[in-house]
Amino acid sequence: MNSLLAVIRRDLLLAMRRKSEVLTALFFFMIVVSLFPLGIGPEPALLRKIAPGVLWVAALLATMLGLQRMFAPDHADGTLEQMALSPTPMGLLVGGKIAAHWLVSGLPLVLLAPVLGLQFDLDAGALGVLVVALLIGTPLLSLIGAIGAALTLGVRGGGVLLSVLVLPLYVPALIFGAGAVEAHISGLGAGGHLSLLAALLALAVFFAPWATTAALRIALE
Amino acid sequence: MNNRLINWFKFASPQSFYPLAGRMIPWFWALTAAFGVAGLWISFFVAPTDAQQGEGYRIIFIHVPASWMSMFIYCIMAGWAGLGLVFNTRLSGMMASALAPTGALMAFLSLWTGALWGKPMWGAWWVWDARLTSELILFFLYIGFIALQAAIDDPRRADKAGAILALVGVVNVPIIYFSVKWWNTLHQGSTINLTKAPSMAQTMLWGMLLMALCFWMYSIAVALMRARAIILERETHTEWVKQLDEVKS
Repeated sequence: MNSLLAVIRRDLLLAMRRKSEVLTALFFFMIVVSLFPLGIGPEPALLRKIAPGVLWVAALLATMLGLQRMFAPDHADGTLEQMALSPTPMGLLVGGKIAAHWLVSGLPLVLLAPVLGLQFDLDAGALGVLVVALLIGTPLLSLIGAIGAALTLGVRGGGVLLSVLVLPLYVPALIFGAGAVEAHISGLGAGGHLSLLAALLALAVFFAPWATTAALRIALE
Repeated sequence: MNNRLINWFKFASPQSFYPLAGRMIPWFWALTAAFGVAGLWISFFVAPTDAQQGEGYRIIFIHVPASWMSMFIYCIMAGWAGLGLVFNTRLSGMMASALAPTGALMAFLSLWTGALWGKPMWGAWWVWDARLTSELILFFLYIGFIALQAAIDDPRRADKAGAILALVGVVNVPIIYFSVKWWNTLHQGSTINLTKAPSMAQTMLWGMLLMALCFWMYSIAVALMRARAIILERETHTEWVKQLDEVKS
């Protein structure tokens, strides 16, 4: 447990020392979301309808931006090898890195989303559901993305390849996350969608660190 | 027990698999041709014209087997990938990468023929139906697998990385299917219901089964041929490849 916290603390410290990377992803999120009304037109009814989808797709893309940084610097300076050699199970350390990635790139999106949702004329209830859905969904994105990041570690054209590998796997998160807000707006209640999203998260928390570790060991061979 | 194990693993070595595959390929091609001719004959000349859909329905004799194969090949590919990770056999990874292009082709064919079928029947090339959408995502998964293997230079690492991706994908395929299905039913009252197809005439079913068998045999034959090519490519440095007639000439 201590080593888990140590890894999270270390990654957060590193991220704080290079704030620009974190902030760039956040601004990317804001810009992508703001582009849609410009492209589609400012009618509030239409914006309310597309808001959940737009915010979620932008969140997927913004999460993708940070994924490559999850392991690449540690791979380059040999930290990753030390982690593989350490007596602590590597899955635990990888879990710590994923948690740190979420804290740095997922949590800010969750906090920023309601502000952007206001631009799309969502009411307070819908904003609340959006925040809860993102709160459950963004860790899922980090977990699934970690597998892709580990598989593409040190591979030619890693960034684009990572998107091709990971984005299809994000489909269920997108459907249930955006669907929760939509279901709330249409009066169906978001409970079912949120439960399914949480079920996926539970599954991913169990399997993703394990698969990521296996992928990292292949990359380190 | 020991004896049996050795027999099982005999063909796990590329050296002994290569001639075996070479001997099997003509048989599978012959079966492909036989099933194909019979299936096409039934589907074009024997099967009756559909009362509602006219002659256009005949494209399902290609469409349905292609969709079946696309899904099935992904499972087989993941199976080989898993075997490769467990037993660390080289041939498993080669089989997985030999199957991937055929699977992608089947997924593409299924989407393509689906569009051709959809235009006269539904009046649209593309409908965001659950099956179409999940087939599209399956196609993306194949592309991801092929792209990942192509990007890694070391073949052993490419095999293993691809194996993990295939296993993650195979866990995700049912999740994606059901999520897309629920998404579809919640978003828009499904306009076209594919599941409630009118019961098929016996001959149509036969035509479809024969075409499915033809696609099976074709996939096996092509996968074996591609596996042989991969073996030759990766084992060029070995003595037994240099001794092969087709390499010497």
